[in-house]
Amino acid sequence: MDLADSPEDAEFRARLREWLGKVLPTLPPKPSPDDWPGRRAYDLGWQRTLYDAGYADVHWQASPGVRLIFLEETEKAGAPYVGAGFVGLLHAGPTIAAEGTAEQRARWLPPILRGEEVWCQGFSEPDAGSDLAALRTRAWRDGDDYVVSGSKIWTSHAEVADWCELLVRTDPAAPKHQGITWLAMPMDAPGITVRPLRTLAGSAEFAEVFLDEVRVPVTHRVGEENDGWRVTMVTLSFERGTAFVGEVVACRRVLGELAVEARRNGRWDDPVLRRRLGALNAEFRALWRLTQWNVSEAEAKGGLPGVGGSVFKLRYSQARQELYDTAADVLGDESLDTDRPWVHDRLSSLSYTIAAGTSQIQRNIVAERILGLPKGR
Amino acid sequence: MRFRLTEDQRALRDGVRGLLARRFDRAALRAAVDRPGRLDRALWRELGAAGFFALRLPEADGGVGLGLPETVLAFEEAGRALLPGPLVATHLAAGRVPGAAEGETVVAAVDAGGLVEWLTEADVVCGEVGGAVPLRSVDPLTPLHRVPGASAAADPVAVLLTAAEQLGTATRACELAVQHARAREQFGQPIGAFQAVKHLCAELLVRVEVARAAVYAAAVTADPVDIAAARLLADEAAVGGARDCLQVHGGMGFTWEADVHLLLKRAWLRTRRAGGGTESEELLAADLLSGGGR
Ligand SMILES: Cc1cc2nc3c(=O)[nH]c(=O)nc-3n(C[C@H](O)[C@H](O)[C@H](O)COP(=O)(O)OP(=O)(O)OC[C@H]3O[C@@H](n4cnc5c(N)ncnc54)[C@H](O)[C@@H]3O)c2cc1C
Repeated sequence: MDLADSPEDAEFRARLREWLGKVLPTLPPKPSPDDWPGRRAYDLGWQRTLYDAGYADVHWQASPGVRLIFLEETEKAGAPYVGAGFVGLLHAGPTIAAEGTAEQRARWLPPILRGEEVWCQGFSEPDAGSDLAALRTRAWRDGDDYVVSGSKIWTSHAEVADWCELLVRTDPAAPKHQGITWLAMPMDAPGITVRPLRTLAGSAEFAEVFLDEVRVPVTHRVGEENDGWRVTMVTLSFERGTAFVGEVVACRRVLGELAVEARRNGRWDDPVLRRRLGALNAEFRALWRLTQWNVSEAEAKGGLPGVGGSVFKLRYSQARQELYDTAADVLGDESLDTDRPWVHDRLSSLSYTIAAGTSQIQRNIVAERILGLPKGR
Repeated sequence: MRFRLTEDQRALRDGVRGLLARRFDRAALRAAVDRPGRLDRALWRELGAAGFFALRLPEADGGVGLGLPETVLAFEEAGRALLPGPLVATHLAAGRVPGAAEGETVVAAVDAGGLVEWLTEADVVCGEVGGAVPLRSVDPLTPLHRVPGASAAADPVAVLLTAAEQLGTATRACELAVQHARAREQFGQPIGAFQAVKHLCAELLVRVEVARAAVYAAAVTADPVDIAAARLLADEAAVGGARDCLQVHGGMGFTWEADVHLLLKRAWLRTRRAGGGTESEELLAADLLSGGGR
């Protein structure tokens, strides 16, 4: 067991730190949370900056050390978050890298890395959320195209996306896990209507997407026809397994800030609150260690992140909510003022036990696939 | 960074597990329950011969010359087997009290919190025990005394090894719960097929895995703040795990026959050792103000 940087890792860390110190002060001001075109431009601009400096593909690096150092150092330095690049960089891109053909990798991966294209995820439907394989959006072959009709919902960043990782049903007669296909759909194709949905935090972060005979070339299919469920499992393993790990570092930073604020406003003297902050410190330290453990194990097994990601996701989503509930106790009445820091984060943390598979679904996965308990009804 | 067990560490863990499976299986555990307050000296010597108490003692002093990570793995196995005895105190005495390293001498110690385990059975007791009062210990496998007016600060190694024992007990609770959930049938199917049961088992595993990462990391860094975090999470995993394991066992879990209560009682007892609860939380809170959260 080893937690120290290897000499190469240490060098990478030092170089990255120095670079961040130089580049962060030159960044333009962050756009407001509701300004989606502004956020797209800002997030892609940051990705481009990373690309030019040689850091763009860090999330896809083989070395777990480098990847975690990148997440740790950028967060500590307060660098921009992947933001609109989330789906492309953290799960669509890695899925294409793992499952796509050489042409597909050449077509889609470089623009993601260069910060030119944004992806969204069209998995959920109004009647297929937790039961994802119940999806009904249809696609049938017409010459060299699939023709797609149906609708998707809760699609994050759909308004500003160029591409959508889309699940469609290509064989309605097959058992429900077998007739699914994974497609890359261009979001500017005729027949697509995006209708923004307002979240409980007040912003239009996700949308409904209506598909009316949208034509998607057959060459845009990743994996075989009707073998999309297997490809989907790859995508979900990235989404649950590794996409959230950087946020743990951010939570640790917030916790430090909360302690300072509590000291300033006197609430630090409340032993119950102080101990809760202490317990959260333990929690986020442990979650970071669990991340290091999972990443090391995945590397040793030479493959994709495993179902251990569900263990992490369950605990992390809950811890994040506790963090911001505690923030509200530190703020007191000010926690009712949406202009105060942390209040918006508290609202958005409510989605963490739902999005990317609810906690109930994660518990099923842990129980059945790790502990081997029988499937039931 | 390669945060996983090395081959040697795996071998060591398997070795300790094998020894305990041979020498302290379920029958031995239940026999010990029926003979409370008596320590198996032969087993103690066998542990000594296997190097259990001398793991961190330099080879030059007749020890095994390994580090905290290996020691933590061994103590985790002890916790998993619910091995009784003043294991932490004897381990800490190795190299200082003659015979401790070899398992010839049983060493008890006054905990910083003022409790002493195995006072009357021990050959040597570290600390001032004047006025010690016996308690009717809740754990049938751990005799207890209270000593008035104790307290030095807790030794971080003792805090960590307690966390390692808790981790092992939490693992055992998870194993027992899953085993029972697979075997016991109700409504014509294994109870593990019911989501309510399944979700209890999943949470058991989550607590174990989070605690494991924290305990192993603390063993690597030996940092007191990491150790405090490890202890909090391991205490939670052991106590919460034993409770959930009891729930999964239903009425059988509430009997003396089932082992579940032994897990819970030992876990409770260890939470009272110095360095848990409030003490760790305060340490971790103070760390936030000194910038440690970042
Ligand atoms: C902020 C946010 C962003 C999202 N972004 C995207 C996106 O970009 N792309 C996308 O495709 N999707 C996205 N989603 C959708 C998300 O994946 C789904 O909301 C989620 O999978 C749950 O599905 P559902 O909403 O249909 O809830 P339902 O499946 O209807 O679940 C409702 C409740 O029932 C419980 N439940 C359902 N089935 C079971 C079961 N078998 N056992 C026990 N309990 C069960 C659930 O746990 C939940 O508590 C997003 C969601 C949120 C909140």
